[in-house]
Amino acid sequence: MRNDTGGTPPPSRSLLYALPIGVGVMAAVDEIIFHQILQWHHFYDLATPTIGIITDGLLHSAELIAMVAGLFLIVGLARRGVLFRRWAWAGFFLGAGGFQVFDGIVSHKVLRIHQIRYNVDPLMYDIVWNAIGLILIAIGLWLYRQASRNPVGAGRTMGY
Amino acid sequence: MSVFAWFASGLIIILGLAYLGAAMQQWRAGRNWSLLRVTAWLAGCLLLVQALAPGAMLLAHHDFRWHMAQHLVIGMLAPLALVLAAPITLLLRSLPVSAARRVTTLLRSAYVRFISHPLVALILNVGAMWLLYLTPLYLASLESAWLHAFVHIHFLLAGYLFCWSVLAGPDQAAHSPSFRCRIAALFLSIAAHSVLAKLMYGYLWPRNVPHDPEQIRAAAQLMYYGGDFAEVLLLVALFAMTFSRRGNTRQADVRANANG
Repeated sequence: MRNDTGGTPPPSRSLLYALPIGVGVMAAVDEIIFHQILQWHHFYDLATPTIGIITDGLLHSAELIAMVAGLFLIVGLARRGVLFRRWAWAGFFLGAGGFQVFDGIVSHKVLRIHQIRYNVDPLMYDIVWNAIGLILIAIGLWLYRQASRNPVGAGRTMGY
Repeated sequence: MSVFAWFASGLIIILGLAYLGAAMQQWRAGRNWSLLRVTAWLAGCLLLVQALAPGAMLLAHHDFRWHMAQHLVIGMLAPLALVLAAPITLLLRSLPVSAARRVTTLLRSAYVRFISHPLVALILNVGAMWLLYLTPLYLASLESAWLHAFVHIHFLLAGYLFCWSVLAGPDQAAHSPSFRCRIAALFLSIAAHSVLAKLMYGYLWPRNVPHDPEQIRAAAQLMYYGGDFAEVLLLVALFAMTFSRRGNTRQADVRANANG
C-alpha cells in the first residue's frame, strides 16, 4: 500500500485492487457450483496426497483473505472519489479468468488434485473450462485497452 | 451432563444481564456506550444459551453433525460477538478504581500477555481442535461428562482469545502485534481449519466413534463451510476496524497539518 497517505492513486490502482476480488469470486463459483450443487468433484478426492490438501488449504485461505481485502481497498478508493470503474472491471475479469485457467491447468492437470468430472472423458470438460477462463481474460484485456486509451476520463466515479 | 448444561446456561444469562446493567448505568451517568456493543453481547449470550441448552447438548452427544454445529457456535460465532462488545472496557469503567486497577494488573501479567499473542491463541484454538478430532480425545469426551464440559469451556475461551488477539480490539489488547502478524495468524487459522475438515472427510476421523461415516462426512462439510463463514466474519471485522482506524489517523493528520 504505497502512497497511502498522500497524492492521488493512479487509475491502475483500481485494476490492482479488483484483481483479488475476481480471483476470490471465481473460486467461490467453483466451490458452490461444482462442489455443492453439481457435486461433480468434492473438495477433497480420496486418492489425493496429503501435500495436495495442505496446498489447497493454503490457497483457499489466501483466496478468502484476498477477496475481503480487495473489497475493502475498492471501497476505500470509492470513498476518496478515485475509483476508476473500467480499470476495476478489467482487474476483476483478469483475476477471474486468471484463476480459472490456473485451476484448469495447475490443479487439474499438473498437480492432479482433482478432475472436473469423473467416469467420463475429461478432455471436453477441460477444453470448455479453460476456454471460459480465456474468454474472461479476453474481456479483461479489452476493458483494459478501453480504459488505458482514456485513462482519466472513462468510468471514473463521480464524487460518491 | 445436564448439570453442566444448566449451570452454564444460568451463568451466561447472569453475564448477559450484568453487561446490560453496567451499560444502563453508563447511560444514566450520561456517558456514551454503544447500543451496537450491547446488541453484540446479547447476541453472543443468546447463541451460547442456544448451544449449551440441555436439549442441544443431548442432540450433540448422539449426532456428530449437531456436535459440529454446537462447536461452530461456541468456539467461533459467539466469541466474535462477545469480543466486539468490548466487555473488558465496560468492566473497567464500571468497577471502583481500586478493583479496576487490580483487573488491569492481571491483564498486563506475563501469563495473559503470553496466551493472548495471536500465534499462541492460534495454537490454543486450532491446535486443540486437531488434538480433539485426530486423537482418541473426542471418544474420551463422549464418555466423560467432565471432560466434555472442559472441552466446551476450552473452545469458548480459546475462541475468545483468538478473536481478541486478531482484532487487537475493541478492548485494548495486552499485546500490540503488527497487522501483518495478526493477518498471518488468521491466514494460518483458515488454512488449518480447511485442511482438518478435509482430513476428517477423507479419512473419517475421529475414529472408533459411534457415528456412521455419512454423518462424519456431513459434519466435516459443515466444519469446512461453517468455519469459513465464521472466519470471513472475523476477517471483515479485522479489515473494517483497521481501515476505520487508518481513516481516523489520516483525518487527524490532515487536521494537525491544517492547524500547524
